[in-house]
Amino acid sequence: MYDMKKLAALVKELEDQLVVCMRCGMCQAVCPLFAETGREADVARGKLALLDGLIQEMFKDPKGVNERMMRCLLCGSCAANCPSGVKVLDIFLKARAILVGFMGLHPAKRIVFRGMLAHPRLFNSLVETASRLQGFFVKPTDDLLGTSCGRFFFPLADRHLKTFAPDSFHSIVGRLDTNGPSGLKVALFVGCMIDKIYPNIGHAVLSALEHNGVGVLVPVEQGCCGIPALSSGDLKTFHKLMRYNLERFSPGDFDCLVTACATCTSTIKKLWPMFADDLSGVEKSRMKELAEKTLDISQFLVDRTGVFTAASAYEGEKALLSYHDPCHLKKSLGIAAQPRTLLRANSHYVFKEMSEPDRCCGCGGSFNLQYYGISASIGKRKRDSIVESGCSTVATSCPACMLQISDMLSQAGERIQVKHAIEIYADSLE
Amino acid sequence: MGGNKLVNKFCELLGKENVFRDEADRIAYSYDAAVLDPSLPSIIVRPTTSEALGQAVRLCNENALPVTVRGSGTNLSGGTIPSAGGVVILTTALNQILEINEEDLYAVVQPGVITARFAAAVESKGLFYPPDPGSQAVSTLGGNVAENAGGLRGLRYGVTRDYVMGLDFFDVNGELIKTGARTVKCVTGYNLAGLLVGSEGTLGVFNKIILKLIPMPAASKAMMAIFSEVSKASETVSAIIANRIVPVTLEFMDNFTIRAVEDFAHVGLPVDAAALLLIEVDGHPAQVEEDAARVEELCRQMGAMHVRVAQDAQERDKVWEARRAALSALSRIKPTTVLEDATVPRSKIPEMIRSIDEISRTFDLTIGTFGHAGDGNLHPTILTDRRDKEEWARVQQAIDAIFDRALALGGTLSGEHGIGIAKSKYMENETGRATILYSRRIKAALDPKNILNPGKIIGE
Repeated sequence: MYDMKKLAALVKELEDQLVVCMRCGMCQAVCPLFAETGREADVARGKLALLDGLIQEMFKDPKGVNERMMRCLLCGSCAANCPSGVKVLDIFLKARAILVGFMGLHPAKRIVFRGMLAHPRLFNSLVETASRLQGFFVKPTDDLLGTSCGRFFFPLADRHLKTFAPDSFHSIVGRLDTNGPSGLKVALFVGCMIDKIYPNIGHAVLSALEHNGVGVLVPVEQGCCGIPALSSGDLKTFHKLMRYNLERFSPGDFDCLVTACATCTSTIKKLWPMFADDLSGVEKSRMKELAEKTLDISQFLVDRTGVFTAASAYEGEKALLSYHDPCHLKKSLGIAAQPRTLLRANSHYVFKEMSEPDRCCGCGGSFNLQYYGISASIGKRKRDSIVESGCSTVATSCPACMLQISDMLSQAGERIQVKHAIEIYADSLE
Repeated sequence: MGGNKLVNKFCELLGKENVFRDEADRIAYSYDAAVLDPSLPSIIVRPTTSEALGQAVRLCNENALPVTVRGSGTNLSGGTIPSAGGVVILTTALNQILEINEEDLYAVVQPGVITARFAAAVESKGLFYPPDPGSQAVSTLGGNVAENAGGLRGLRYGVTRDYVMGLDFFDVNGELIKTGARTVKCVTGYNLAGLLVGSEGTLGVFNKIILKLIPMPAASKAMMAIFSEVSKASETVSAIIANRIVPVTLEFMDNFTIRAVEDFAHVGLPVDAAALLLIEVDGHPAQVEEDAARVEELCRQMGAMHVRVAQDAQERDKVWEARRAALSALSRIKPTTVLEDATVPRSKIPEMIRSIDEISRTFDLTIGTFGHAGDGNLHPTILTDRRDKEEWARVQQAIDAIFDRALALGGTLSGEHGIGIAKSKYMENETGRATILYSRRIKAALDPKNILNPGKIIGE
């Protein structure tokens, strides 16, 4: 049996943030999960009431609340539209950590996070092995989207997956340290998905930086930004990864830290400082400096180097291009104009907005693993917006969104390419 | 019928996936948007068909289980807080717009349709459904009808009541009752729709609603008038009406609200102004031009320091952005936001605003006042922290004082939020004992076991 009084005392730490919710219920209008299920416990107001219920000792068992707390995309649509400014994501991430600290981490997650993710070198070699073996488990289904689906005995058989790249970004590039004529220098935080699934995005980043005369530092053996652990409430692994990365990136060596992953950017910029209690004073100031210097690649190129127009004006037949706003870029960091500027810089395309470009694609990281059915039905709405726009290529700024969108398009047999905004831009430079 | 047997019966009727009863769900349906204590239902059900809705109501009546019907739970007077141990019936799966009739200008909807979605569907056909409560992005039409919801356009276009042409609803036995028609004129039988509108779920459970539609006004014009004294602003409101101009909206904001909005939204409001009015006229383009010019002139005559007339859609948006931000801006100042809606005849607005000011000083509370000055429906908004017991006691006294004052000025307890449980104790002050007893006799006759949202409006 759980000591619910003890849990109430732990959750009470969130009380000052929880009371900001006035229960107006406006989050119901924007929550992608609520749009599918219509259940109060799936929307922010309901979850905040459940946490309040824990403080009021209304529960006999924490399991129901824990399950509801995990059932969230962390897309931040509610927070971005909250009339009274409830910091929903801060609260949810803290609540997940409190609940996991109280109830213990799920054994499977313990193996993945503490046994693998927390040890970047081991994690890299495990993925390398997996990339060599994956052909036994999956077979290609769509050449344009580059998706595969599981062979009959594979556990994720209903999905159209992107497999691990044969050669990861770090295995090709290794350590890089260049200077450029602009005098600007950035460090590139690669991120797991770009390193292991979408190395082309990393290469596109390098050529875009080179084109604009920017020097690049790519330290070796980079770790995960920590978001999978944090969103599962595993603060221990999160802190370990944060420290690990702090050792690899010394803020004095570069002007900006850039990433091409919306989720990594928002994690480093917003979540590292928020969950830094565990760090020493020296580590904290280093982390703060790093967080302040962190920028999305499109934001860096547009705001700092002045990318604004087509590198070469193309007069031939143009393809229709659309863009999906990743939640972690637009809702979390307010970045929406810069990636569009990058896209418009490629004159081979005509840009067209889809309907609801900033509606969540439904991936939500581990949400997709745990609640694939709901994740897919949210994804179908995104797929429909993409298809309706009539585009032949859809761009976005987050590899996780790319995975989800590729899965949705591939399953529907839609022949629409999925690209990162930086790939579209880099293509224009050739 | 015993507990488990009853649950099985609900599952049989509605499907297991539409019956919720674990701890977390029960807590998630124990509150609404009113600042009141939660009350836990024992079971929550979500009918997906009309038949299932009627059968669920009958099952509750047979077992004498209290029923609270809930749409999006945005009620501000506790009308959707269930009875402890009762049943919550969700209308959210009954969310179809069944018909929009462009020839006869009506629509038929299920109760769970979201107000804004309906308004947009109607607008796409060049028609207009005017009621626009502040929660319209999430509120349901069933909830709007049950609460007789208002909004910003009440002055010219009236409130939800003025658009209900007919209703199909279930009585406690699950029998379907029909009232009203798809016709403009209908004197067939008692005006039961009139009784059901604003009955807060105490007399029947809506199945279908027939709503009146009107043509979309062709043009509109918005402006902002800034005043150095509150009395000048409120006298301007009276002057506009006295000049036979009925703006679609005529909103008021006091200095405290102006400052809060400017701090929050930076829309360029004059923070030293005592009050401002946001005014919009609509109709035929020629009439709009004429009315707008006349209103502008009146504002200046009545002593406005400055009048800004929106020249295009963007400027119009800017004018309304200030108003839309009011509640957000105020609610961010303190943890608890108590939004009242005591309403007075519009000529009494200056006195009511003075009274609210006095009350805020007497009880040493922060109160921002904004609202629908054109129809006398102000929203004095008390900013507090409910956890501060001593201050919370003063808040309660201030609310009592606001209601006393509104009634003394010939006003009413609620313009648009309903009575629910928050204001039922004040009912007798406004209507007298006999009215409560009369209402209770109606309730007892229609709902002998008192299962339909018991305790709301007229007490137990």
